[in-house]
Amino acid sequence: MQKSYSRRELLAVFIVAVVAIVVIPCLNAFLPESSPLHVSDYSINLWGKYLSYAILAITVDLLWGYTGLLSLGQSLYFSLGGYMMGMYLMRMIGSLGQYHMPIPDFLVFLGWTTLPEFWKPFSSFAFAMMMVVVLPGALAFVFGFLAFRSRIRGVYFSILTQALTYAACLLFFRNNILLGGNNGFTDFKFILGHDVRTAATERGLYVATAIFLLIVYLGFKWLTSTKLGKVQRAIRDSENRVLFSGYAAGNFKLFIFVLAAVVAGLAGALYVPQVGIINPGEMATQNSLEAVVWVAVGGRGTLVGPIVGAIFVNALKSYATRAFPDYWPIILGGMFLLVVLFLPRGLVGLAEHCAALIGRARQKAKPPAEAAEEPAPPAAAGQIAVK
Amino acid sequence: MSAMHKEHILYAEGVNKTFDGFKAINDLNFYMDEGELRTVIGPNGAGKTTFLDLITGRTKPDTGTIRFGGEGTDLTRKSEYEIYRLGVGRKFQTPTVYTDHTVFENLLLSLEGSRGVFATLFSRVTPAQRDRIREILKIIGLSAREEAKAGSLAHGQKQWLEIGMLLAQNARLLLVDEPAAGMSDEETAKTGELLLSLAGKHSIIVIEHDMVFVRQIASKVTVLHQGHILCEGTVDQVQSDERVIEVYLGRSKKH
Repeated sequence: MQKSYSRRELLAVFIVAVVAIVVIPCLNAFLPESSPLHVSDYSINLWGKYLSYAILAITVDLLWGYTGLLSLGQSLYFSLGGYMMGMYLMRMIGSLGQYHMPIPDFLVFLGWTTLPEFWKPFSSFAFAMMMVVVLPGALAFVFGFLAFRSRIRGVYFSILTQALTYAACLLFFRNNILLGGNNGFTDFKFILGHDVRTAATERGLYVATAIFLLIVYLGFKWLTSTKLGKVQRAIRDSENRVLFSGYAAGNFKLFIFVLAAVVAGLAGALYVPQVGIINPGEMATQNSLEAVVWVAVGGRGTLVGPIVGAIFVNALKSYATRAFPDYWPIILGGMFLLVVLFLPRGLVGLAEHCAALIGRARQKAKPPAEAAEEPAPPAAAGQIAVK
Repeated sequence: MSAMHKEHILYAEGVNKTFDGFKAINDLNFYMDEGELRTVIGPNGAGKTTFLDLITGRTKPDTGTIRFGGEGTDLTRKSEYEIYRLGVGRKFQTPTVYTDHTVFENLLLSLEGSRGVFATLFSRVTPAQRDRIREILKIIGLSAREEAKAGSLAHGQKQWLEIGMLLAQNARLLLVDEPAAGMSDEETAKTGELLLSLAGKHSIIVIEHDMVFVRQIASKVTVLHQGHILCEGTVDQVQSDERVIEVYLGRSKKH
């Protein structure tokens, strides 16, 4: 039963993936704008953003839903990845900035005439991509190593992740670290030789994001099915038992924490060229909290849930912030409360519940012989056979 | 291991542990032979669970050593999972199983085998492991519930599952904290039989309150009082000891 269900799930994933990766970009590229099926450039760009958020949400769920680590700092790793990509994009502006200097405008504004040493390697896309992986990974490793070695758990861990994010946010607001301060990076021109503002480039970035999301989804699906994934959920449910079963729980948590940070960093790197800006506001604690809400709304502890949640909440946000901007925080908070109180497994749980109800209704309609398929009541378990 | 040369599997000497001024363990000396089934009794707050915490590395003593096995490894310098890997298994007072995993998976995670992060990433369930798990399921009477989530088991079944997890681990020393808590008389008796059948192959320390149960399983009883060993002996010896009657049995008779 378990098997056929997951096969159905994989089929659904395959169909959704084909639509997202092949069909939608084709509808954008090859249909005339007059066609009712045409997907606008604006929508492509918007969905590229949603899918980046979905990747971020999956990493939150890998930590929270699967390992019991509520990280309130996932936006930090997302932003760091974004900043590393942003540095590359800033270099690609070349002399096309306001000041027509071969260095980023904000550096000119700060009185620099030559490029600071640490900026130089970012002219290379390969180096920037390496940093997208290395910087979030290294920070997560150091932070995780210290936190898990000290056995910091539960709400204390959450508070620390949030404190670190806040500290980083304040740091990035400073001009003297030469990362654009308050304004961050913007006015990007080129990525890998393509103009970032053209429809074709936006489409390419969207497809890259969709493919990466698929890889992350399948990768995490595999990961959570391995023995490591079982240990992961065991840590969530009973960390003491895990320790007394001989697993160094801290090492497992560290591995997952670093992995989640790296994937979040890559999501950030995909996000920045699509929205065209990265600044310290992206690290604000509110963003990390929103990511947690996406996961809660979509369905914690499932891999589809965070994707559904990220897209649903952000689509709602796009609408609500235009229709009634003043009420958005209230709507968001209300949604979170509603989910926590009534939908512990989010939208995915709700869908499963409905499917089960329909299934039961169908079984009732059928002759009773079919309905008796329910698992037999637990056999008298008192029978301990002692040799 | 020859029967003539009896080796201590566990010996604790001069162990002290204070929590916020409360002396939980007070100059404790404890010796146990390989293959022995030992019951530790004592009133609430006598330090029984703290003693297990000290053996399994959950807390560290202020002073003293706890040595394990023929090699005499000092457990006070090891972490929980290292102590586990030396062959010490523990069943908690409240049944502690992985509620979201199936009964089968609970045993699989406890089975000897890969423990490292990357080793577990690529480990597969072998037919030999599967057979071993089925065997354990039979012993603990949960064969029919193999695919059930552990969280859906009844209280007594969870207790047995946790004992099964210790069997899967193939520990040399089993520490069993109040296995009969919350069980019916019949279940309690069966748990006793199970533990008796394991003694010899494994060394077992059982902590228990239920004197009927203690009488059923005990060969040798250690009475703890205020973190110190009050006396040791057979159930009858212990029950007729003046000091024990005063601090423990006598008091419980009054109620």
